[in-house]
Amino acid sequence: MDFNALIDGLGGHTLDGLTRGSIYALVALGYTMVYGVLRLINFAHSEVFMVGTWTVLGVYTVLGADSESAMPMVIFATLTALVAAALASASVALAVERIAYRPLRKKNAPPLIFLITAIGCSLVLVEIFGHVLKVFFGAPFGRAPVNVPSPIQTHTLLTIGDVRITNVQVFIILGAVLMMVALDLFVNRSRLGRGVRAVAQDPDTAALMGVNQDRVIMLVFILGGAMAGVAGLLFTINFDITKFDIGFIIGIKAFTAAVLGGIGNLRGALVGGLLLGIVEVYASAVFSSNWADVTAFIVLVLVLMFRPTGLLGESLGKARA
Amino acid sequence: MSDLNEPTPDSTTDPSPQGRATGAFGLPRLNIADRYSKAPLWVRMPIVLIGISFAFYLPFLNILPFAYIRTDLTSGGSDWGGVLFLIVIYMIVAIGLNVVIGLAGLLDLGYIGFYAIGAYSVALFGSPSSPVTEMIADKFGLSEGWAVPFVACVPIAIALALASGVLLGAPTLRLRGDYLAIVTMGFGEIIRILSRNVTSVTNGSAGIIGVPSPPEPSENFFSAIETAHWYWLALSVLILLIFLTRRLEDSRVGRAWLAIREDEDAAAVMGVNAFKFKLWAFAIGAALGATAGLLFASKQAYVEPTGFALNLSFLFVAMVVIGGSGNMVGAMLGAFLITYLPERFREFQDWRPFAFGVAMVAVMVLRPQGLIPSRRRAREFADRKNEAEEAAADA
Repeated sequence: MDFNALIDGLGGHTLDGLTRGSIYALVALGYTMVYGVLRLINFAHSEVFMVGTWTVLGVYTVLGADSESAMPMVIFATLTALVAAALASASVALAVERIAYRPLRKKNAPPLIFLITAIGCSLVLVEIFGHVLKVFFGAPFGRAPVNVPSPIQTHTLLTIGDVRITNVQVFIILGAVLMMVALDLFVNRSRLGRGVRAVAQDPDTAALMGVNQDRVIMLVFILGGAMAGVAGLLFTINFDITKFDIGFIIGIKAFTAAVLGGIGNLRGALVGGLLLGIVEVYASAVFSSNWADVTAFIVLVLVLMFRPTGLLGESLGKARA
Repeated sequence: MSDLNEPTPDSTTDPSPQGRATGAFGLPRLNIADRYSKAPLWVRMPIVLIGISFAFYLPFLNILPFAYIRTDLTSGGSDWGGVLFLIVIYMIVAIGLNVVIGLAGLLDLGYIGFYAIGAYSVALFGSPSSPVTEMIADKFGLSEGWAVPFVACVPIAIALALASGVLLGAPTLRLRGDYLAIVTMGFGEIIRILSRNVTSVTNGSAGIIGVPSPPEPSENFFSAIETAHWYWLALSVLILLIFLTRRLEDSRVGRAWLAIREDEDAAAVMGVNAFKFKLWAFAIGAALGATAGLLFASKQAYVEPTGFALNLSFLFVAMVVIGGSGNMVGAMLGAFLITYLPERFREFQDWRPFAFGVAMVAVMVLRPQGLIPSRRRAREFADRKNEAEEAAADA
C-alpha cells in the first residue's frame, strides 16, 4: 500500500493508463461487436490480436525497419505494419468464424459449444506460434518472448508540470480514438452498418427485410479483427514485445473493458477500456505491478455483480445516436 | 457395486429412431450399454468385479501383446505406475467437472482453482515447514515440526473447496453462461496469482515441501518410488467417488441438474430452485476437484504455483467435452485419452496442446455431443439440429 507513489505521479500514471486503455478499447470492440450480433463471446478474439503483433514483427523484419531508420522509412514501415496487421487479424477472425462458428450455427448448437470450439481455436492459434512454426522456421517463433523493436523513437513532445507526454503516447491514444470514431461512423451512418445494427436488434426481422445475416456476421468478424490488428501494432509500439500467449491476458482485459462499458455498445468499449487502463495503472502504483493483472478480474467480478449491463448499457442495436 | 452402471431412466424407452440402428460413422450400433444394463445382476456383478480387479492389476501388466500399452517399454519412457496414477487423478477431475459442465450445464473454466485449493490446503496444513503450520505451532507453543495429520487435512481441504465453490458461485451463478465462463477463468487465475504473490502464507514461487503422505500400513509404503501403491490408493478413491456420483446423478438433485441444463426457465416453472441446485453442482464439483488436487500434492510431496497454470483448466474442459459431457464414462474416457496418449507417444509431447486444440474444434464441429455422450444429451443435440433444419426448410 503506497498511496504516495500514486499521488506523486498521478498525471504520469493517468497518461500511462489512457495509453494502455486505448489498446484495450480497440480489442474490446471485437468482443462487443460479435456479442452484439451473435450473443456469444468470441473467445478466440485474443488470439486474433496476438496474430496482429506477430504480423507487425514480420513487416519490420521484411522491410528492415529498426530504430536507426530514417523518417520516411519509419512512416512507411508503420503504415505498412498497420495495414498488414489489420488484414492478417481480420483474415484470422474470418477463418475462425468459418471453421468454428458457422457449422455450429447451422446445427443450432447450445452456446456452450461455441465457447468450447472458440477455446479450441484459441489453443490452436497459440500453439501455431508457440510450437508449430518453430518446428518449421525456428526462432523467433517459440515460447520465449520476442522483441519487436518499433522504428518510432520515443521522445518527449511537451511537459506539463512534471508530466512528460511522449510522441508514442499521443500516437497510440490518437490512433485508437481515430479508429473508433471511424468504426462508429461506419456502423451508424453507412448502409452496411445499418445492416449490422438491424441484425443486432432483431435477426429474424432483419432477415425478412432482406439483410443477409451471414454477410453481416462476416463483416462483424472482419471489422473486429481489423481493430484487433491495429491494437496489435499499437501494443508493440508501446511495449516493444510479443509472445505466443500474449493474447490471453490482453483478451481478458479487453473483455473486462467491454463488459465494463456495456457489452454490445461501441462507445461503451472506449469508456470501459480507458477506465480499466487507468484503474489498472493506479492499482499497480498503489500495490505492486505483480497485482496489475488481478485488477482486471476484480473489476470484472464487481461489474458483473453490481451492474451487469455495464456503465453505458448493453446492445449494439440500441446504442445509437 | 451393482448400480455402477445402472441404466439412465430413459435408456430403455428410447422412442426416437435416430441413434438406434446405426451409431458413429454409420456402423451398426452394438448397444453394449443397453445389453449390459438389461443383463441380470449375476451377470453384471462379475463383470464389474473383473473390471475392477483388472484395473488393480494394471501396474504389473506384463503379458504380450497387452503390455504394449505400458509407457515404460523404451528407455526414457514415463514410469508406468506414475502414468496410471495421473490418469486416475484426472479421471477424478473429469467426473467432478462433469457434474458442473455435463450435468448442470455450467461452463467452469477455473476448475484448476479448486484443484489448487485441494493441493495447497493439504500442503499448508500438513507440511511441518509451511508458514501456516509454523505460525500455528508458534502461537500455541507446539513442538517444532508439528503439523496437521493427513487424515485431518482431507476434510479441511474439502471444506475449503466447498466454501470457495459457494463463495465463487453465489455472486456469479445468477449470470448467464458465457459470463460465468469468463468469471470462473478469472477465479482460476486469481488463485494462481495469490499462491505466487502472498509469499507470507504460501512461500510464493518457492513452493512448499514436505506435503504429508496418507497413513501407511508399513514403512515407506507411500514413498515416491512405490507408484503402484499410489495408483491403488487413487483408484480406490475413484471407485468410491464414481459410486457416490452415480447415486447423486440418479437422485432428485441429479434430475434437477438435467432440468436446469436443458431449460432453466422451464425448470424454474416446475418448481426447481435453479440457483440452489447450480450452487450445489458448483460446490460438489469443487470438492471433487480438491480431492484430486490433494492426492496429487501428497504424491508429489511438493506444491508450487506454476503447477496450476490456466492451461490445465482448458485441458480439464477438453477431457469432459471430447469424451462426452453428461456421461461419466465419456468424461473418464476423455481423461484417459488426454493423459495417456501423450505419455505413450512422448516423442510428440510438444504437440500436445496443439493436438488438443484441433481435437476440441473437430469433435465439437463434427460431433458436438462428444465421443460417448449420454443418450439424453445426444437426443438434445439431435432435437436442436432438427429444429434448425426445419426452420431453414420453412424459410
